[in-house]
Amino acid sequence: MSPSAVSMTTIFAIVAIGATIGILAGVRRKMDLEQWTVGGRGFGAVLMYLLMAGEVYTTFAFLGASGWAYSRGGPTLYIMAYLTLAYVVSFFMLPEIWELGRKYGMQTQSDFFSVRYGNRYLAGFVCLVGIASFIPYLQLQLTGLGIIVSIASFDGIGRTPAMVISVALLAAFVFVSGVRAVAWVSVLKDVLMVVAAVTIGIGIPNIYFGGIGPMFAALAHSHPAHLTMPGATASLGHTWYISTVLLTSLGFYMWPHTFGAAFTAKSGDTLRRNAVVMPLYTLTLAFILFAGFTAVMVVPGLANGDLALLTVVRKSFPPWFLGVVGGAGALTAMVPASIFILTAATLFAKNLYRPIFAPSMTDDQVAKLARVMVVALGVVSLCLAIYTSTTLVSLLLIGYAGVTQFFPGVVLGLYWKRVTASAVFAGMIAGVAASIFLMLSHRDPLFGWSAGFVALCLNFLITIFLSLLTPAVCEASQPRVRGSNSAPRSNSGRIVNRRPATGSICELEDIQ
Amino acid sequence: MGPVKKPSARALALGLIPYAAMCLSVSLWDRIYPMLFGIPFNLFWLISWIVLSAVCMRAAYWVEIAREKKDGRTE
Repeated sequence: MSPSAVSMTTIFAIVAIGATIGILAGVRRKMDLEQWTVGGRGFGAVLMYLLMAGEVYTTFAFLGASGWAYSRGGPTLYIMAYLTLAYVVSFFMLPEIWELGRKYGMQTQSDFFSVRYGNRYLAGFVCLVGIASFIPYLQLQLTGLGIIVSIASFDGIGRTPAMVISVALLAAFVFVSGVRAVAWVSVLKDVLMVVAAVTIGIGIPNIYFGGIGPMFAALAHSHPAHLTMPGATASLGHTWYISTVLLTSLGFYMWPHTFGAAFTAKSGDTLRRNAVVMPLYTLTLAFILFAGFTAVMVVPGLANGDLALLTVVRKSFPPWFLGVVGGAGALTAMVPASIFILTAATLFAKNLYRPIFAPSMTDDQVAKLARVMVVALGVVSLCLAIYTSTTLVSLLLIGYAGVTQFFPGVVLGLYWKRVTASAVFAGMIAGVAASIFLMLSHRDPLFGWSAGFVALCLNFLITIFLSLLTPAVCEASQPRVRGSNSAPRSNSGRIVNRRPATGSICELEDIQ
Repeated sequence: MGPVKKPSARALALGLIPYAAMCLSVSLWDRIYPMLFGIPFNLFWLISWIVLSAVCMRAAYWVEIAREKKDGRTE
């Protein structure tokens, strides 16, 4: 068999196994909306870990992290820091979100805003920004998939056929099995990815330099500035690092799919345990960085840094291993893409279409519409990925800056009783507008600060300021409840007025 | 719907340790030398703190569990 045939066969086999696992994952269960979107809230620690690892480690981790190590050097370290710190944030936030989710039957991020703030325009806006932020992210996965499969098959499979086949497969398993499919396909993807990353990260420095230590010694000698910040860039220094790590670690669980994954857990405790062990998975990234740094010396002068990892792998390993990397890479794009499509379809059907056009729809009808949307979104993203290819990275960064603007609304909504719907809405609009303006006018980074972070600070200030301006009042629709576990028991409470120095604060106090 | 239970100060303090070590203090550790186990100092620092962050969060987990038991929460 020719090298191309060997690697193509391997890629096909891996992707076919993945898709089969996905379809089988939910085929024997009755798929109502609750089962399809949040797996019946029954995911234990292991499945939860796999789902979260599955959606976190996307093609960006595979190609982007090594690409940045290759083309930018030191600044790529931010990826290791922000992923680890994102789990620290999740430790404190996700169990509380899960708790509220169970009490009020939430399935999406938009549900959270609708329940907490009782304002359907705010919930609709969150939904729209969420879906809009997904589109470039989804497109990026598909484009990355095309690159991986075409390079790994020695150009035996073109980018377009690779994207078409994989979208058809992932739409099929999401359609049939919902979020369970995503979690189970992640099992195969994670195992393959860890094996591939460790083999590449140890193997490539070993082949060319006789080990990781000698490789870094050679790189520090030949490119002394490459390994620290700002590396090969002009503006990505320490201020940029701090503001970007803060922005991305706080914003990480604001993506509708990472936020929504919290609702699939069996208990809040599962999520907390998960936050304790998840950072360890980030260690895999170190190996990918080793490979990216080696590529600086082995395949210098590539115009597109994202190709560095695969180019060096193709140069160094036998075809069957290239096929494994290609298959793992394809699944690494398909798993996140499928959860994006699942989340966006649910958001559209449940939080946008039903409240505005058809309030009388039943949950079963919503589930049907969401499944139809899976197919529609697959086709749309495929067209975007085939017919547009430029400025993806800048679109992705706008997406990140966009979803991070939900953070004040979520964190203040959880922990501060005085925050109001209109203040959150105003802060969010200002934050989204500011980040889009700064990025489109090429002011990112702004005086060394990440533009999204500047927008987030503005958002926080506006939200807090406007909330403080609004006098605290008692609203029947939005009972302020004191105590941790007593939220929905407003019927059994009585209203108590207390008058501290700052003004009146109304509270419902349990009389049990 | 009202605010939920706030995390305890001790757990929060444990959560701030990784932030201080991996984010805010970057100017102190962003250098190549001394290389440890053949890995540049900044990369080695981050790899170590990935593990140490898990340790910090494990400790925060104990703090929260102990507090929940005290509060009589059954989960």
